[in-house]
Amino acid sequence: MKCNRIYIFSILLVLALLTLCSCHGSRSLPTFVMPDTFDTTRTYEITFWAKNDTNITQTRIYQKAIEDFQALYPNIRVNLRLYTNYGNIYNDVITNIATNTTPNVCITYPDHIATYRMGTNTVVNLDTLMNDAELGLGGSALRFSSPKREEIIPKYLSECMIDGAHYALPYMRSTEACYINKTYVEALGYTVPDVLTWDFIWEVSEAATAKNEDGLFSVNGQSVLIPFIYKSTDNMMIQYLAQSDAGYSTDTGDILIFNEQTEDFLYEIASHVQTGAFSTFKISSYPANFLNAGQCIFAIDSTAGATWMGCNAPLVDIAEENLVQFETVVRPIPQCNPDAPEMISQGPSVCIFNKKDPQEVLASWLFTQFLLTNEVQISYAQTEGYVPVTQSAQNDPVYTDYLSRAGEDNELYYDVKIAASRLTLAHTENTFVTPVYNGSASLRDAAGQMIENVAKSVRRKQEINDAYMDKLEKDITALYRLGEGGISGNDKRELGPMPSAAVGLLTVLSVTWLGIGVYSAAQWRRKRKFFQNDAKK
Amino acid sequence: MKKVIALLIACVLVFAMVSCGSTKKDDVKSEGVMTYDEYIAAALDSEVTIEAYVQAKQSWWDNKVTVYAQDKDGAYFLYELQCSEEDNAKLVPGTKIKVKGYKAEWSGEIEIMDGTFEIMEGNWIAEALDATALLASEDLIKHQNEFVSFKGMTVEASTDADGNAVPFLYNWDGSGQQGEDIYFKASVNGQTYTFVLEKYLTGAETDVYKAAQALAIGDVIDMEGFLYWYEGANPHITKITKVQ
Repeated sequence: MKCNRIYIFSILLVLALLTLCSCHGSRSLPTFVMPDTFDTTRTYEITFWAKNDTNITQTRIYQKAIEDFQALYPNIRVNLRLYTNYGNIYNDVITNIATNTTPNVCITYPDHIATYRMGTNTVVNLDTLMNDAELGLGGSALRFSSPKREEIIPKYLSECMIDGAHYALPYMRSTEACYINKTYVEALGYTVPDVLTWDFIWEVSEAATAKNEDGLFSVNGQSVLIPFIYKSTDNMMIQYLAQSDAGYSTDTGDILIFNEQTEDFLYEIASHVQTGAFSTFKISSYPANFLNAGQCIFAIDSTAGATWMGCNAPLVDIAEENLVQFETVVRPIPQCNPDAPEMISQGPSVCIFNKKDPQEVLASWLFTQFLLTNEVQISYAQTEGYVPVTQSAQNDPVYTDYLSRAGEDNELYYDVKIAASRLTLAHTENTFVTPVYNGSASLRDAAGQMIENVAKSVRRKQEINDAYMDKLEKDITALYRLGEGGISGNDKRELGPMPSAAVGLLTVLSVTWLGIGVYSAAQWRRKRKFFQNDAKK
Repeated sequence: MKKVIALLIACVLVFAMVSCGSTKKDDVKSEGVMTYDEYIAAALDSEVTIEAYVQAKQSWWDNKVTVYAQDKDGAYFLYELQCSEEDNAKLVPGTKIKVKGYKAEWSGEIEIMDGTFEIMEGNWIAEALDATALLASEDLIKHQNEFVSFKGMTVEASTDADGNAVPFLYNWDGSGQQGEDIYFKASVNGQTYTFVLEKYLTGAETDVYKAAQALAIGDVIDMEGFLYWYEGANPHITKITKVQ
């Protein structure tokens, strides 16, 4: 019997060890530990997934930044992969986390990072790197002039904090702006105020729907006019709720979006869709296309879309013969309280994905910092209505000179673009971001989808009433799995077969528990037999 | 003898009529399904039900697929149909489907959105309509989304960011890389038009993508594709054949 016990114990021990080995061999990465020095005797190849606004100048700035960086660090090779929207980057990163094939450096949004962090140590906590005296921000051993931590606009840096640590650096910042056909507003008998209110924009938009006897719109003499078009309905809902002090979500992910103000706003939107005064990008098309054709009066889009706005815009998607001459002015998005304006802070940030080799992570960190140097910051910010994220770049004479030359031409100094940048700079302290947690990206999608659904339903002659609103809440909650965290229902994706290490681990765990069970049962039977025999004695 | 010949002719005519009738019968729509003309006449944002044959599709993602479909009277662009991955595998060219959704317009493109579908009995692949002569015509839009061909077109120079004359660009302005949409220009009868290889329809691994990458300015080519619309004709090219 003693032999049996030793035998069973040995089997369990082996199984336990196997379990531990299996854990060690799984695909999770160790926590990044800062190396003492950067090993320059080795060569590194890192990948950089970047987003551009389908803008060749931005692509060239990335390419030049890489060339300049590689000249300083010839042992680091940076491979650029370009994307034209954040959604595709997000989808590809999620797919690549499962196989540990994430990029090294990636342009992203903090909402997305929160989801990336579902994997263990997937994204590098940058705090240690940032604070390193030699290789950190403004570090003494860097081969370029990196901004010091305090030179990064504190508000923008704080937007990169998740769970009390920095998981990204800001790269560019923008907000949303209302691009206005001032000519038409004045033709309708109104004056464009410095700060728009929602009441103003709805009133003018309704006034603009008036038609002549010939059926053409009075203000533009055309058969098509959508006075107010919003590009990002996610932002539309989020900003309205923030301005109304209404609920959206808590910092920890409790969903507060289904509230009275949301419902009132949806009813308001429905009434203006009904009259043809309002539509969205998803339903109608780019606000810029309608604005430039004289078929829209208030076009709300990112300041990073300013180069498309206005009849003199350097980038235009409609036929030249369809362009209409008008004066374009740029204002902050409409407000509930114009004395205390609030608007979203947006724009790309940069995160670093963890790798087994800490030196490779360090190489990624060096490149990430390089993106914050004045030359990169200023040249990229000039491509659109972005602003640099560092004080040093914002105060650089090259940048202040650029801002001062608005209207000198319709390319680099395009006045609408510079007005959009100035708006972003002037309102930095009026910007906000929504709480970031695993699942926050889904809530953002849900916020916009409610507006899209209501707008589409009105156009489809469906009645918008309390029953509709109840159903909308249920549908949106289910579709985006609100409150459940993680990837939304709208983001369902195949993760492929379970990795062999995971299969092995689960098998060993099952066998271990089976062994424990068999051993316990044997022990129980032996004891029972012993007591029965003892009782018989 | 005359009687025999007359009888034969009569028989041939009868067969021909029966045959015609059978073709027409193939085009008959199920109950509650719109004809193409009814679909075109339907108001925007109204619910529509059509039957058509899949001609091509873009990549499936997130339980949605975008399909180029056609019947014998016209074509349909089915934007992001609800579709499981399993059903997506069944949507091969020629498959007949019944689609219910809402008619919409996006930058001039007439499409069905928020649609669902069911697979029906039947199979048909459209012949490409030669639309070369229609390129300069206002009638081109009547063939929106159809499978068309353009013949004897000469590849014209596009200008990249450095001001160089190039035969094609990745993205409309050259801001993309291999794998992105390809834009190129081609002319006929003194007029130049822009053509697109849509990456979700014909990605970097396809023959047509490689053929586009091999274009040279001055090449004379024949093309096939779907007459998509974005602020004007914006054909999605699926085949390029170099003529000279």
